[in-house]
Amino acid sequence: MPRPSILQKIASSAAVATPAPVARQVRGLSDRAIAWLFVTPTILLLLAINIFPLIWTIQLSFTNYKANRAARGEKFIGLRNYERVLGDADIWITLQTTAHFLIWTMLLQVLLGFGLAWLLNKQFKGHSFWTTLILLPMMLSPAVVGNFWRFLYQPQIGLFNYIIAFFTGADPSSFEMLGDVNLAPWSIVIVDTWMWTPYIMLICLAGLRSIPDYIYEAAEVDRASKWRQFWSITIPMILPFLMLAVLFRAIENFKMFDLVVQLTNGGPGSVTELASINLKREAFEKWRTGYSSAFAIILFVTVFGVANIYVKALNAVKQR
Amino acid sequence: MSSAPPHEKPWGKRLAAGLVILYALVSIIPLIWIFLTGFKSPQDSISYPPKMVFSPTMEGYVNVFTTRTRQTPEYMETLPPPETWYDELVRSRSMVIAGPSKFGQRFLNSIIIGFGSTFLSVFLGTLAAYAFSRFKIPLKDDLMFFILSTRMMPPIAVAIPIFLMYRELGLADTHLGMILLYTAVNISLAVWLLKGFIDEIPREYEEAAMIDGYSRFQSFRKVVLPQATTGIAATAIFCLIFSWNEYAFALLLTSGTAQTAPPFIPTIIGEGGLDWPAVAAGATLFLVPIVFFTIMLRKHLLRGITFGAVRK
Repeated sequence: MPRPSILQKIASSAAVATPAPVARQVRGLSDRAIAWLFVTPTILLLLAINIFPLIWTIQLSFTNYKANRAARGEKFIGLRNYERVLGDADIWITLQTTAHFLIWTMLLQVLLGFGLAWLLNKQFKGHSFWTTLILLPMMLSPAVVGNFWRFLYQPQIGLFNYIIAFFTGADPSSFEMLGDVNLAPWSIVIVDTWMWTPYIMLICLAGLRSIPDYIYEAAEVDRASKWRQFWSITIPMILPFLMLAVLFRAIENFKMFDLVVQLTNGGPGSVTELASINLKREAFEKWRTGYSSAFAIILFVTVFGVANIYVKALNAVKQR
Repeated sequence: MSSAPPHEKPWGKRLAAGLVILYALVSIIPLIWIFLTGFKSPQDSISYPPKMVFSPTMEGYVNVFTTRTRQTPEYMETLPPPETWYDELVRSRSMVIAGPSKFGQRFLNSIIIGFGSTFLSVFLGTLAAYAFSRFKIPLKDDLMFFILSTRMMPPIAVAIPIFLMYRELGLADTHLGMILLYTAVNISLAVWLLKGFIDEIPREYEEAAMIDGYSRFQSFRKVVLPQATTGIAATAIFCLIFSWNEYAFALLLTSGTAQTAPPFIPTIIGEGGLDWPAVAAGATLFLVPIVFFTIMLRKHLLRGITFGAVRK
């Protein structure tokens, strides 16, 4: 804590004489003025660079505008783009791919992340060093690391194939993680799990550490078995943490872009084409601005709606 | 922080340690591989089986910073002897250095845009967080949630109109444009994190200062800010890491002048495909600062990644 002496002085003088509403009598700008002065720039920036574009996206979603042919102008076409998006079989396949990706990454990361946190919470010697080491992947640039994983996944020369071959005895060039229609979806799940398991682990670890010892001690006194303690104490107490971690990760993975663009860019064919990648293709390669705007709005509303429902559930769990 | 559940058996601990260490070692392999590949020759990098032991070379690092042209042996003989070790290295591949590559400039862009947006978001974020922490603001919770919700949008969704807007305003592919954009993305994190940190500073400090004649603004500057230094520093590092790692906007909105390193590194091409040692060298230089920051941030990591929702 910096400058404790001054603070102690201030604190002690505060203890002696602090009538509750002091702020009013103070010179300088009024609190109200300062509050607005401090908040306004942030709000303005967000309005300019987040909300205005969002409103523009909504507006574009009702038109047939194409950004690469701006001169052609735009025509209001009502809900046609939305009808087209929702009637497009490819969009549904994209959403299905996204759902698969979400379910598998969340499942694996929750199991691994919780498992690791549970093991780390035994606080063996050197646990904090190993924790830091495990955390590294999630802090790094997904694009740069994803790009390098492409190298690890090379059938002939890649380390991943070599290691798998080493342990299974298969020929390392007999399978192609990124090029095979059946394996490619798993290749992105593996990298995402590698990268983000530490995230769930860290939050679970905080949850485990927040459980006071005396609860376990009381359970011991009551002769509850370890198994029973795990299901009746550990799991319920950690659930809000776990749900929060899943919420944050699920939102991020729903938007997943950088890692997968670098790994497969949606291929082979379109078996790993997640929503964001499809959106990028429609918006910046096919330049269907109106159509992709409609899809973007649908995605945003979905995340927002699901996140809201989820937060309600989370609060219900917390209050139990 | 509480300790482990009581009556843990020692072999249980040992088993836990073993499993965790196994996971840590396996998960660190890709990073070690990036590091090692940076020091391999192109032949070693693509040999089968993958080489664990090799004679290290700086070729990857030289290649990532230079562009080279292949020359005929006749021409090579006419050249004066190489002046530097990297000249010599390149000539041993019968090439000469033609000039610097774009990597240095892209790296510099990452630094300028990273620090610029970090400064702006922490500056604006601190002000807003203080106001949200200390004052009654109408619809405070709604505003805070609004700020957070801007983070839920897929970047591609707003990229279309931002692309159009920047094209109109002349901000496309400029440092200023990217700084403003990253600030807008980061500010939600900055406000939420800093509000948590400022909430933890007792109000009594400022109130006492104001009794001693400080104005509200002075007490903010001279009492609250020094107290919040750690929180501000941690927040700044989180913002910096985000800007540093950001890829989607950089890919879609920049192409040259303001392009950062993440969209550039994957495009480093050598003769006959990707020059993996050069890619790895570039990646290593790009990732190492973050490794240090992660270690520095260790204590605040949890808070940062959950927008301040979980504190230890």
